[in-house]
Amino acid sequence: MIAELGHFGLILALLLALLQSSVPLIGAARRNLAWMTLGRSSAVAQFLLVTAAFAALMHAYVTSDFSVQNVFENSHSDKPLLYKITGVWGNHEGSMVLWVFILSLFGAAVAWFGDNLPPALSARVLAVQGMIGVGFLGFILLTSDPFHRLVPAPLDGRGLNPVLQDPGLAFHPPFLYLGYVGFSVAFSFAVAALIEGRVDPAWARWVRPWTLAAWCALTIGIAMGSWWAYYTLGWGGWWFWDPVENASFMPWLVGTALLHSAIVVEKRDALKSWTILLAILTFSLSLVGTFLVRSGVLTSVHAFAVDPRRGLYILLLLLVAVGGSLTLYAWRAPALKGGGLFAPISREGALVLNNLLLTVAAAAIFWGTLYPLFSDQLGGPKLTVGAPFFDIVFRWLMAPLLVAVAVGPLLAWKRGDLLGALQRLWVALAAAVFVGLIALYIAGGGPVLAVLTLALAGWMVLGSLSEWGERIRLFRASLAESSRRARHLPRAQYGMTLAHLGLAVTLAGIAASAWQQERIEIMKPGDDVPIAGYMLRLDAVDKVQGPNFTAERAQVSVRKGGSVVAEMHPEKRFFPLQQMSTGVTAIKTNLLADLYLALGDSDGKGGWTVRAWWKPLVPWIWIGAVMMAMGGVISLSDRRLRLGVAARARVPRGARPAE
Amino acid sequence: MTRKRRRLIAVLVGMGCLSVAATLVLSAFRENLVFSYSPSDIKAQGVPQGRLVHVGGLVEQGSVQHESDGNTVDFRITDGSSTVGVVYRGALPDIFREGQGVVVEGKLDGTGVVRADSVLTKHDENYMPREVVDALKRSGHWQEGGAPPPTLGETKP
Repeated sequence: MIAELGHFGLILALLLALLQSSVPLIGAARRNLAWMTLGRSSAVAQFLLVTAAFAALMHAYVTSDFSVQNVFENSHSDKPLLYKITGVWGNHEGSMVLWVFILSLFGAAVAWFGDNLPPALSARVLAVQGMIGVGFLGFILLTSDPFHRLVPAPLDGRGLNPVLQDPGLAFHPPFLYLGYVGFSVAFSFAVAALIEGRVDPAWARWVRPWTLAAWCALTIGIAMGSWWAYYTLGWGGWWFWDPVENASFMPWLVGTALLHSAIVVEKRDALKSWTILLAILTFSLSLVGTFLVRSGVLTSVHAFAVDPRRGLYILLLLLVAVGGSLTLYAWRAPALKGGGLFAPISREGALVLNNLLLTVAAAAIFWGTLYPLFSDQLGGPKLTVGAPFFDIVFRWLMAPLLVAVAVGPLLAWKRGDLLGALQRLWVALAAAVFVGLIALYIAGGGPVLAVLTLALAGWMVLGSLSEWGERIRLFRASLAESSRRARHLPRAQYGMTLAHLGLAVTLAGIAASAWQQERIEIMKPGDDVPIAGYMLRLDAVDKVQGPNFTAERAQVSVRKGGSVVAEMHPEKRFFPLQQMSTGVTAIKTNLLADLYLALGDSDGKGGWTVRAWWKPLVPWIWIGAVMMAMGGVISLSDRRLRLGVAARARVPRGARPAE
Repeated sequence: MTRKRRRLIAVLVGMGCLSVAATLVLSAFRENLVFSYSPSDIKAQGVPQGRLVHVGGLVEQGSVQHESDGNTVDFRITDGSSTVGVVYRGALPDIFREGQGVVVEGKLDGTGVVRADSVLTKHDENYMPREVVDALKRSGHWQEGGAPPPTLGETKP
């Protein structure tokens, strides 16, 4: 019964979305206030209905109602409660419901916090949100019904893929979707602005917090996914340029560009039509990302063909959303009047450089990710694009950007003084050289590129800090004066500094992987293996019984200088229901380096393959990502954005998903 | 300098940067294309030695041998018609097993054996790499519905 209510809720939500996508639009054209405000109440109602549907599906999972096909296929009564709940979005149908749930959440948030938007703009934004809702609710109801019943009901379910039974991966999709779907608001604002034919600094102030919130969530989502890959896959990698990863990385790159170009619109009334285009592209790439991953089109053509209706619907939806918005852009964007002029060397110029490099990088990744698909569809040879392509292209496109991160914020708006900025950065330059020399000394030589990258990270840290020092006139004014200035600096300023520092921290973590050490050995209990100054001893391998798996669990003691500093327990789990085994790695970290152990197979003669890595600075990759997201959250709490969007100053709370 | 001229220079510099970037991207792209072959392709047409390739198929039943160093594995990949030997040094994915669809990335040595740098499987029981599906289809051993051909044995360990 509850499942049927959920289904009914989705149908009602679709009808409401149809209403929401048309009536406010007509109202805005005819200046009919009652019709315009319909958008807001309908967005809230739609949110309640989709929430009810989502709750109904969750209820079916928690109570293990196997008469619902989706639950039968993806759950099992033995599963721990946490994974029963997260199993809701561990499959295609459920993840689409989560998508629509987040979409309706954002729609309702725009309705709640959009009090101070001009009614026509608010109506048009909500109408576009309604159209996206129609597309997705239609997709769920026509091709991916999560509430389909099975008669007779099976006794027990098939269980969730054991690899997905992991806290890191369980919460990865919601964050990713908060990011993807959050960009829909920027998209709706862009389309609404195109319909109105007007973009002004106020528009940028309204759209920026939503972009920022989505960006923070996406940053966390990507970091979680990469962290999960690092600790589960058992070979210490954390980024593989896999199509699925690229699909989430492209919207992040373009979204980052959007974040920066919106500043130019807000402060200088320039780059308007470019910013609109970025908003459209960011959400389009989010759509492509959602579908590429979910439809399986990238990994297997066969999976795509299982349900041709689904594939066709997806193609049509992409065509309408991306094609439609770009057509509208081509038609209306020339009408947008450009604002402030600026010289190439200026803050705007630096932000343009940032935008160019980020979008070109995204385009290169797009090309590398989708080329195999096109080649295959057009009857060309079967091929893949190797990871080195992405490495090379990305490295050389990002290098100038990272150098510029330290310089850009020091340039003045309109016309900057590059020489002056560089003079103020001599400390940073000295620091960069210093960091490079230290790295060379500690590592006793090492790959040139890695040393240079570490130096670049040092440059970015000191560059960001000296920019902050400039602002508070550190060492130039009295200490009291400096601390007064520091307290009164806008939070957005601190947000930016923190995010740029986070980028440098991540970069350092990536660079240091050049110095990792690796040992793969067959060990019998009692054997010792040295790595990076530690001595690893395999004490025993025990059989352990888990809730829905059996495991072989190794006991490894880690010694340094004769005394035991840690016990580590890498495992190999076997899930009898799915006939699958997965590894559980053991990681010991002191935040400067990770010791990483994975248990391999038994050789049948009492020995076990043990893989050990020592990875310097690797935790910094994710620490940096968290710092970037935190920077975004701090910016979000800035008074200027708060006032810009909601008179009642609620936006940061409305954007809570970012945390 | 007039305004027009300044704009011209800006455009030229922009075009220059763009073409350098495009050249860089395209040459890196060409060098890093990895073509996929089935064991039958390798037998029929041969594969240039020393070029990175993907070979897809099922791990042949009874072919997996761990060498004594604990780190090197020999096995054969089959598409039902032909087989090709693989030598791989390193950590195998958790779900690697006989009868499983895999794609190996590596270079062919002089004796027709693939020296693999990596072995790819996917973490999904229903999943079969596209290359494997195609290889099986072309050799006529594909069965619709995704079940592996019976001639190649059971997939369960």
